Amino acid sequence: MAKGDPGGATRSKRAAPRTRRAAATGEPELVQLLTPEGERIETALGPDGTEYRVDFTDEEYRGLYRDLVLVRKLDAEATALQRQGELGLWASLLGQEAAQVGSGRALRAQDMAFPTYREHGVLYCRGIDPIMPLGLFRGVDQGGWDPNEFKFNMYTIVIGAQTLHATGYAMGVAMDGKTGGEDGEAVIAYFGDGATSQGDVNESFVWASVFNAPLVFFCQNNQYAISEPLERQTRVPLYRRAGGFGFPGVRVDGNDVLASYAVTRHALDTARNGQGPSLIEAYTYRMGAHTTSDDPTRYRIASEVEAWQAKDPIARMKAFLLKQQIVNESFFAEIDEQARAESVHLRERVLNMPDPQPVSMFDHVYPHGSAELDEQRARFSQYMESFEGSAH
Amino acid sequence: MSRVKEFNLPDLGEGLTEGEILAWLVKVGDDIELNQPIVEVETAKAAVEIPAKWAGRVQAIFHPEGSTVEVGVPIIAIDTDPNAGPLEQSTTGAPAEALPTPSAASLAAVEVAPAEGMVEPGLIGGAAPGGRTAVLVGYGPRNAPAKRRARKGDVPAQATAAPVAPVPAPAPIAPAPAMNGNGRVTGPVLAKPPVRKLAKDLGVDLATLTGSGPLGSITREDVQRAASGTPAAAEPLTVAAPAASVASFGADREQRIPVKGVRKLTAENMARSAFTAPHVTEFLTVDVTRSMKALDRLRDRREWRDVRVSPLLLVAKAVLLAVERHPMVNSTWAGDEIVVKEYVNLGIAAATERGLIVPNIKDAGRLSLRELADAMTALVQTAKSGRTSPADMSGGTLTITNVGVFGVDTGTPILPPGESAILAFGAVREQPWVHKGKVKPRLVTTLGLSFDHRIVDGELGSKFLRDVGDFLADPEAALLAWT
Repeated sequence: MAKGDPGGATRSKRAAPRTRRAAATGEPELVQLLTPEGERIETALGPDGTEYRVDFTDEEYRGLYRDLVLVRKLDAEATALQRQGELGLWASLLGQEAAQVGSGRALRAQDMAFPTYREHGVLYCRGIDPIMPLGLFRGVDQGGWDPNEFKFNMYTIVIGAQTLHATGYAMGVAMDGKTGGEDGEAVIAYFGDGATSQGDVNESFVWASVFNAPLVFFCQNNQYAISEPLERQTRVPLYRRAGGFGFPGVRVDGNDVLASYAVTRHALDTARNGQGPSLIEAYTYRMGAHTTSDDPTRYRIASEVEAWQAKDPIARMKAFLLKQQIVNESFFAEIDEQARAESVHLRERVLNMPDPQPVSMFDHVYPHGSAELDEQRARFSQYMESFEGSAH
Repeated sequence: MSRVKEFNLPDLGEGLTEGEILAWLVKVGDDIELNQPIVEVETAKAAVEIPAKWAGRVQAIFHPEGSTVEVGVPIIAIDTDPNAGPLEQSTTGAPAEALPTPSAASLAAVEVAPAEGMVEPGLIGGAAPGGRTAVLVGYGPRNAPAKRRARKGDVPAQATAAPVAPVPAPAPIAPAPAMNGNGRVTGPVLAKPPVRKLAKDLGVDLATLTGSGPLGSITREDVQRAASGTPAAAEPLTVAAPAASVASFGADREQRIPVKGVRKLTAENMARSAFTAPHVTEFLTVDVTRSMKALDRLRDRREWRDVRVSPLLLVAKAVLLAVERHPMVNSTWAGDEIVVKEYVNLGIAAATERGLIVPNIKDAGRLSLRELADAMTALVQTAKSGRTSPADMSGGTLTITNVGVFGVDTGTPILPPGESAILAFGAVREQPWVHKGKVKPRLVTTLGLSFDHRIVDGELGSKFLRDVGDFLADPEAALLAWT
């Protein structure tokens, strides 16, 4: 602790040497570098003795805070847009910002990510326009970003299916000889606690393990598979399942952006160096509903939500920035204003998204079209024109 | 775009067609911000708050709390530029209670969707309980009439869309369906697309046919018969009955309340229980003066100072102790066997705004009196706030219904399905009572115990009720004697 440190405002105050071993004596068995109160832990030990630490500049700390706030604000705007009938559905990431921003910022440009439908924070970190998933949930396009350009696959709605895609992709990376050095490529597959019960995910574990695929399995354990609690998913902590498949597993505080970054960066480097897959269990909590079609008050109690409220990822980062005097008074107001402006901008663009023309469904079936489709398109256009007031 | 914008109820889940207005969080004249919560709506899936789509001033609210509104119908009008002077139509100052109707343009003519091929009930896409369509996950959408765009060259549809009445108003005389020259109902014609094509190919005008298919839809056979000149099978024409000219004992003086939600569930459970379990009810009047004094002494203790202590607490304790002495009353009739439970999930019937619900305290027999008191307080508060979860209401093994709070002496309660005993606890009143050889004013109550005679005989039921009464007559002695 910094207690007794006479350094006052000097930077040395931040160096609060303290090591915490994960899983040493049972609880808490997670890697943590920033406590819910905003205290920094200099080094954390994983269950296999790996030392985790981060060394960020002040600007990088501020950047992480900005990411967390922006991601939360944009997500809240999307939820509001659904309630106003502008989106068909939305899966909120509320509460999981740190796991997503931490892991998303740990990715290098060459690394490939395979998301679920909730990885809006990772998408943001990959530099994709946040309006992209809104088009999907508004039902006007299929997603719209180029997975190869941004190294971020399309959202996968089927639970756990993307882990198979990621495993195959990672095996391909290894076969192409792109691993085995500092600049190697790594792949990350996102999924949730519920997906760990899927055959797909377990098959991915087997294949990634025996083929030594350069893959990081990043499980955001948000405690609920829609309404089904974790104890209906597993009898052992999820990260320990990796041991049975023959690769390392670690549990990280998923509400701690610094630890999420450190653990992911290490696992990605292990993968890119050709040392095979690993499993990260980011221990977090879904503060909102599963999706906008869900009512969490039907299956979980308010006191549990309140307990997790106290572990909020943004609040602890704010406390840390204030304690370490990394920011001045106006910083938080500036970030809030930036987030507000971006969310208003996002809203305006969503409301102006054009509905697709029904005939456009014929456009992307074959790269060079076909005579049969051309005929279908012509007939369909004729049919659409038979309606009154039809602009189609 | 007009500066006053109407907000239509959106589809809040996937495929929902209606929602119930639980509470308005704003009122007419309020200035509101973008995304400020304005209304709480409950759908088949969730109760959610809807944030305002525009900033501005609330101009009108179209539906009162408690009304069920179809998706796509305007619920609120917002003046998005309230400081730009008065509106052209002088509707300002309209009272909130007036519930103005939404603009006519927003009430589009509704055409009934043709009945498509039938799917077996229970299959996906088939019929499901409550007039819903079975879907893969969750509650399916209701089968509502679909809105369709008019085709070019169609005869303008009849004005079939009545304004959505917020409250079931006394029904005016319904306009009889318009008849064409053949005495047949005009309007949308129901026929599947292949049948329409067949009719077109054979040169048959669908509007001249009477359908023999589901919902009066026109079938392939109807078309072929018409094309071959065979007259359709004679059928009686139903004509709307002439309206009664004198006010009578008819529909105009009756209120029809849809059976749904808690009321429906209660009805199903009670009917099922009443007609499967042979009920016997016994009564016992007890002098509970000592119990009431014991409660007062309990309240005076420091460690009980903040605890809500009610007579019901002692009744619950009495029941739990009596169950230990007579475990058979805490059992379930399971056809060819009787399941006797070693745990007591003690149900407490609660009257809430949404109706009767019976949450239960899990494994209540293991709780200390203090834990029992806390559990009952929590249970009642949860129930009153409408937050009781389905898990709280399932798995009950024995129930107490506190009808005394309504000021009555007792009742003959009906068993919750799967339970073998239910105790009604009547009002505690000061009454003349023979006490130690003299008539004295004493606090007296009447207990009513219903039990399932398939499991519990008169002797067992009587012993159980007697024990509950003994405890309430002298709790200290009963505790010393039994535990």
